[in-house]
Amino acid sequence: MAMAVIWTVMVAASILCGLASGRGEAVAAAALEGAAAGVELCLTMAGALCLWMGVMEVMRRSGLARGLSRLLRPVLRRLYPDFARDEAVMDAVSANVSANLLGLGNAATPLGLEAARLMAKRSPGVASDSLCMLVVCNTASIQLIPATVASLRAAAGCATPFDILPAVWLASALSVTAGVLAAKLMARVWR
Amino acid sequence: MELLMAMVVPGLMLGVSLWGLVRKVDLWNALVAGAGEGLQVCVGIAPALVCLLTAVYMLRASGALELLGQVLEPALSAVGIPTETIGLLLVRPVSGSAALGVGAELLAVYGPDSLVGRTAAVMLGSTETTFYTVAVYFGAAKIAKTRYAIPAALCGDVVGFLAASWAVRLWFGG
Repeated sequence: MAMAVIWTVMVAASILCGLASGRGEAVAAAALEGAAAGVELCLTMAGALCLWMGVMEVMRRSGLARGLSRLLRPVLRRLYPDFARDEAVMDAVSANVSANLLGLGNAATPLGLEAARLMAKRSPGVASDSLCMLVVCNTASIQLIPATVASLRAAAGCATPFDILPAVWLASALSVTAGVLAAKLMARVWR
Repeated sequence: MELLMAMVVPGLMLGVSLWGLVRKVDLWNALVAGAGEGLQVCVGIAPALVCLLTAVYMLRASGALELLGQVLEPALSAVGIPTETIGLLLVRPVSGSAALGVGAELLAVYGPDSLVGRTAAVMLGSTETTFYTVAVYFGAAKIAKTRYAIPAALCGDVVGFLAASWAVRLWFGG
């Protein structure tokens, strides 16, 4: 639904704005140009994205994700104190986080949803503090290797698409920290 | 330093492959299977990208984006966010493929190694599609009362955008 509104607003705004500024023809031409650019972008991105997904699959199969989730346990116990002793939840959450770290979005979501369902059993219909924390952590990006963005940069002709890695890590870390702190603070005041 | 950053890609490929061989992973099949999944991702996002880039191109041609940028310029530059990224800020929490389309457009116009291009890329890499994620998680857990989850998640997004702008300046200068 949200996308339908956004799409309509975007098209309406560009037609109105284009007509008002006398660029109606340019807007009409741009519509077709944009559609072609969409296909082009997918094609140019495909190579780099395939390569990275391949490397990530090797990481997953070589047990890197499992090792990571063991390392993460102590931190996660503090983030989810209500479920620290619930092995099923802790398993799902740590697998979710390590899949997120490795950029395996498709694998991370089902694991996260499993954790969410288990958490919701204790408080049906209402988001508990732990469930809010789980959602906040999943709305923050914590990938170690942002493959899609790197492919996008490579497609735009960048020779060193990964030179933004330190900046991405710093920004991700700050963003996750802010989300977690906000959740912890709001948990005290929100009823 | 430049050489080091350039060697991240081949280095990671070699490192992961060697580790995979040590752990006796079926290396070649894993690589190919992953690559196949990458192709599926591309095919999966293609239809949405086509529709969204159409709208993004129209918006750009009409001058509406510049207008919006001018209106919000004082607020954005006060906190250090490049004004050109305004479109990205607006769609990022709502749609992943829309954000990808807007980001690609910024990279094409300003160049992937420009301040705007790098900031856009870092923003894409350090934030998520918040509203989509919230909807999926609470939908799956059958939660009606979401309490503070959305405001807290948005706090994370805002800080992510700010931090992306700052981190790019810090790391690359300028």
